Order: sequence, then C-alpha cells, then structure tokens
Amino acid sequence: MAQKLFISTSPHIHCGDTIERNMHWVITALIPALIASFIVFGIGALIVTVTAVASCMLFEWLISRFLLGRERSTLGDGSAIITGMLLAFNLPSNIPLYQIVMGSLVAIGIGKMVFGGLGNNPFNPALVGRVFMLISFPTRMTSWPEPHQLLSYTDATTCATPLNLIGQISGGNAAAADSLPSVWNLFLGNTAGCIGEVSALALLIGVIILLCKKVITWHIPVSILATVAVLTGIMWIVNPDLYVNPLYHLCSGGLMLGACFMATDYVTSPMTHKGMVWYGIGIGFLTVIIRFFGSYPEGMSFAILIMNAIVPLINNWCKPKHFGEAAK
Amino acid sequence: MSNTFKIGGVHPNPSKLTANRAIEPAALPVQAVFPLSQHIGAPAVPCVAKGDQVLVGTVIAQPGGFMSAAIHSSVSGKVAKIDTVIDASGQRKPAIFIDVQGDEWDPSIDRSTTLVQQLNLTKEEIIERIKNAGVVGMGGACFPTHVKLCPPPTCKIDTLIINAVECEPYLTADHRLMLEYPDQIIVGVRIIMKALGIDRAVIGIEENKPDAIELLQRKVMMVSGIEVMPLKMKYPQGGEKQLIEAVTGRQVPPPPALPANVGCVVQNVGTVYAIYEAVIKNKPLIERIVTVTGDSVKNPCNLKVRMGTPVSQIIEQAGGMPEDTGKLLSGGPMMGRPLLGADAPVVKGTSGILMLPEKVAERREERNCIRCAKCVDACPMGLEPYKLATATQQQDWEKCEQEWILSCIECGCCQSTCPSRRPLLDWIRLSKNKVNGIVRARQAKK
Repeated sequence: MAQKLFISTSPHIHCGDTIERNMHWVITALIPALIASFIVFGIGALIVTVTAVASCMLFEWLISRFLLGRERSTLGDGSAIITGMLLAFNLPSNIPLYQIVMGSLVAIGIGKMVFGGLGNNPFNPALVGRVFMLISFPTRMTSWPEPHQLLSYTDATTCATPLNLIGQISGGNAAAADSLPSVWNLFLGNTAGCIGEVSALALLIGVIILLCKKVITWHIPVSILATVAVLTGIMWIVNPDLYVNPLYHLCSGGLMLGACFMATDYVTSPMTHKGMVWYGIGIGFLTVIIRFFGSYPEGMSFAILIMNAIVPLINNWCKPKHFGEAAK
Repeated sequence: MSNTFKIGGVHPNPSKLTANRAIEPAALPVQAVFPLSQHIGAPAVPCVAKGDQVLVGTVIAQPGGFMSAAIHSSVSGKVAKIDTVIDASGQRKPAIFIDVQGDEWDPSIDRSTTLVQQLNLTKEEIIERIKNAGVVGMGGACFPTHVKLCPPPTCKIDTLIINAVECEPYLTADHRLMLEYPDQIIVGVRIIMKALGIDRAVIGIEENKPDAIELLQRKVMMVSGIEVMPLKMKYPQGGEKQLIEAVTGRQVPPPPALPANVGCVVQNVGTVYAIYEAVIKNKPLIERIVTVTGDSVKNPCNLKVRMGTPVSQIIEQAGGMPEDTGKLLSGGPMMGRPLLGADAPVVKGTSGILMLPEKVAERREERNCIRCAKCVDACPMGLEPYKLATATQQQDWEKCEQEWILSCIECGCCQSTCPSRRPLLDWIRLSKNKVNGIVRARQAKK
C-alpha cells in the first residue's frame, strides 16, 4: 500500500491519438501517389522527392537546433517529411537539385519555423515553398516533362500539360483539343504535370485512407471538388466549345492533390465543420476564377494560400452550434 | 436506429470487466467514517457526540439547509470521535468516526426482501421519506434527491428519465443493479412518477447492456407509462443534458436553465433503487453498489458496501492493489476523482474504485496545438476547447465567458482526444471557477 499515486484531474484516460500517428497516416496516404509518379515519371520523380524530403528535414533540424536553440527537435513528429513530400509533389520531375533545396529552405524556414514551428504557421509551408519557386524559377517551374521517360531527369523532353491545353481552348484555339488526353488517362495519371498531382486515382486512394483512419473529415475535399464541378459545369453547359467538361477540371492540375492533402492541412484550415465547408467553397471558387481568368494555368496553390490567410476570420464567423442555443 | 445525442461525444474503450460479476456483500469495517459533506449543498450537521451508541440506520447528522441531506450510520457501535478525513476532493473535511460493534439494525427498517408493490402514500409523504432517508443522486454528482423532486412550480414536468446509461468505462454498478433488482427499480420508478404527478417515464440504457434492456423491457410490459429505450453507445450520454436530448430530442438551454425548464427530471437508476428502499422499506441510504476494478486487478468485482467503509478494505476484497497501480480513482476514468490514499471512505457518490496502471496514469508531455479541431468535434456542448484553454492561459476571462465556458460539463472528451496531449480541461476548469466568481460578483452588485 506504500505505492506512490499520481494525482491529477479527470479525464484519466486518453484515446491514444498522437501528432505522430496523424502525420504517419498522411505519409502513408501519400505513398500511392508516389508510386504512381514513379511509374509515370521514373527516376526523376524519385530524385526530386528524396531531395525535397531530405532537405526539409535537414532545415527543420538545423533551424530548431541552432536558430531556436531547442534541446528537443520536433523532427520526429513527421511534419517535415510531409512538407517535403508535398513540396516535391508540386514540382515537375525535371527540376534541378539546387532549386529544390532553396524551395525547401523557404518552405520550412519562412513557411513554418519563423512562426514557431508546427501548429503556429498561418500558411501551408509546402505551398509557400512552391509559390516562391514559381516566382523565382518561372521557366523551370512551368515546363513539364512528357510521361514515360523513366531514366531521364533534368534532360527530359517537355510538353504542355492538360491545363495549358484547356487554357488554349478557352483562348479560342480549338486545335488544342486534339492533343488533350482522354479523361480516363487524366484520371489514371498518364499525362504531363507535377510529380504528385498526375494520378487522381492514386490521390483518391490516399484520401480514402485518411477518411477511414479519421485523420481528416470529408468537409474540405468534398466542398472544394463540388464547387469546382458546379462552376466549371455551368461554364461547360453555357459554351461547350470554349470550356471543357468538369471531369477534365477535376482530374487535371493540382486540384485533387490540393483538395485532398494541401487544403486539409490541420494547422492552416478552419476549426469547425461549417468553417471547413466555407473554406472549401472559397478555394474551389478562387481556383476556377484563376484557371479561367488568371495568367497562370494553375490556380490551386494561390487559392489555398489566399484562403489560408482568411482562416482566422472564418474561425470567428463559423462557430460550432452551441448546445441549447436553438432551444432558447 | 437507436437514439443518441447529436453534438460531439467520444467512444472510449468500455472495459466493463465486471459486467458478469454478481453483486457480493462487502465485509463490515472495523471503523466507519462519515464525511459531513457527501452531497452538493450545505454540509450536514452532526447530531451525535463522542461516546454515543448508534444502530444501523440511526441519523448521525441532520441536513444543514434545504439544499443538503441527512447522514445515517451504516453500522452499529460507538461514536469514536468527530474529526476530519481526506475525501475524494483531496481536502480535509469534517467527519464522524464510528467504531463498529456487532450489526444491530434500527427496528423500524424492514430488512425482508419481499417485493412490495402497493403504494398508498401521498406525494408529500413520499418526498418526506426520501428526504429523511438522506437520498442523493447516486450517479456521482450527489444532488439531494428531494430537491430534484420539487421542481420550480413554473415548470410543467411531463417526463421522468431514468439514467441507466452508465457510459463511464469500467463501471458496472448500475448494470448489475438492473439485472439483480429489476422489480424494485420498476416500483421505484412508479414512486417517483407519483411524487412528480406525471404518467410517463423513460429508462435510457446503452446498447452495450442488452441483457438489462431485455430484462427491463419484459418487466415494464405490464406497467403503463414506463418505456425502456435502448441508446446508441456514446460518451457522455449519462450527462443529464445529453441524456435528455437523446431520449426526448429536447435541448436544455444554457445555464442557469435546468432540465425542469424542458419538462424533464432525470434520476440515476441507483437513486431509483435507493428511493424504493427508502419509501417502501424505510431504509435510509446506508449502502451502495461499488465496482472495484482495473485492468491488473486480480479479482474485479461489484460489491454492496456500507457507507463509511475504507476504500482499502474493499480493494483487499478485490485481491489487493496491483503492483503497477499508478492512480487510484473514485469513479470512472473519464470523470472520476483521484484519491490521495486508500484510507478514504466510501461515500454516497462512490460509484466505483478504479486502479489505473502507472503507464496509463502518467501524463505525457504537452505539445503545440496543431489545430486538428478534434476537440471541437468531440465537445458535446458545442464549445471550442482549444480556444477556451488558450484564452485561460491569457487570463482573458471576458472571452471565456463569451465563449460559453460556463456551459462546460467537464466530461473530458476534449482532453482525452487531443493528439498534442494538451491539458485542455485543466485550463477550462480553472477558468470556469474564475468566471463563475466574476458572474456572482456582478450579480451581487445588482
């Protein structure tokens, strides 16, 4: 009976969930897309992904150890691995190494660590890195290798992505429609584009894993995809000559990757289901606007970053329904 | 599809180790200790002095006000002293110590087990008997029952809800009670219906107790007005407001509104049994069912324990405290209170004694909030725990009040789901106390 007893207030048990568990499931869910990218882009996809992950982890360790002087590194939580993978997934597979390293530094350093590390960053770190690279290295970031050059890296021949072609069609170049791949090929990922975004199928498998493991809820991905489908659907019905059908939009570019993995980032998304739906609608709306009217063919990154910026406002507007309020 | 409450909730592992263990009597203690506040409200006032001889059932302390309850001796013997004891609140509280001699019962108590169904008492007589028997809510909150049976006259009560949910993991005291005393419980429900002057009662039971649901459903078939309602398993369904919503679909408005405002009175099934004994058998609240359990406990069991028995004694009966015990709880793992030691006495609100292994008891290191929103999803009151905890750390009491902190029922769902292991409820409790003080001071000024 002389045992030492802990004294603390309730609750005394925990469901066992940890930051690591959630992060590890996100990494697992990204594996199908990684495999798909290796099949489509070959060795280049692997080089870019490994470089991005390694440099993100290195920078996270260096910054927390030497700049922040933290004794215990947060490297183990797995968030740097995810940032690295997501950054790589948003790059073409023929991008030079030094550009990846610089992008990783910006993603981890400016996107995350300056705010105090995981949990405090207002913007998605991988997207901060990606947009930095898009502005700094515009040519390299917008030339995508053709699929199935399995052994080439920076020397791969490039071609237009489906989104470029869709943009050209809207611009009145009806001939571009001939080179547009079929929806089925887009869905499988048999097309040019960034590493992780090509295969909608692989990304959907990943998001189903996350939903089943209750890492994320359906609200953000579904509201983004539904908004894009509805808006592009309206355009298509109004003028099917200029605008392609919504399935092309859903399966092309970074939409699926963004909706499933980038917009659902815990730290930078809203805290209530209602907020998540509005956030998703906002992202979907901005993506369509940028795709149709912006100078970039791709709008996902910017749409997510813009909505990231107003998440604090969404959190203030969209409160959970308080018990008993309706009864008053 | 069974009913349940709508907002939030979690699914902790039920761990009902003792669901099939019949209730056994616990041995009489050598000395019984009766803290004077075993209930919400004013402490009881002792009416015995050192050296007095008492019987089982003798009143040893009178209610200290309307919101209070009498305390009866559960043993026969001599009053040893009136001193202090450390109870489940962790504080030293005044208590009456009685040295046990034999087992002499007050002759007015009917100790037979015959079931009595007739009820020829008026409403007032019933409430008077319940009050004299010192009955309080046995679910853990220990609200004096006679107060609950006198709802404000402005509220029209139409439904009595019997809380037989027992959503706390490990605890099986209510479950066993229903299996072993179903007829007494039905009579108890009828007594309360009569006291409230209503003709509808619903017994809410979670689906993990199919045997109790089946048994009671059979028993109420011949009784009009009583319904047994199976409820989907979800914690904290035994919370008064959650249970009312699950059963009737009505939501109790934020404090200071009471369940009576939506026409409901909720009574725990253990209380119902105590009411049967008090009204029919004239037996005061002197014993209760206690689940003594834990994953490494040798002989987890359900015991019928006399009030005032030291916890250490019933732990011995369950095979002793396991080597790896790191925390000793009075109550369940979600809302129970930690005991400072095993010499604390069993009181009216002790629904279980739970021994948690050290590795469960230990708190892990707190990390940054990653804004995963799991606490918001889990909160059954529709609050934002992460925000309340942060506002408390910033001592922003105004914001806490605006964010409905006083609605928090302290169920612990938020903290038990937080992947960063933030002690959310610790902070919220702190702030609740503070905000309560501010609100009271403001009302006093008016």
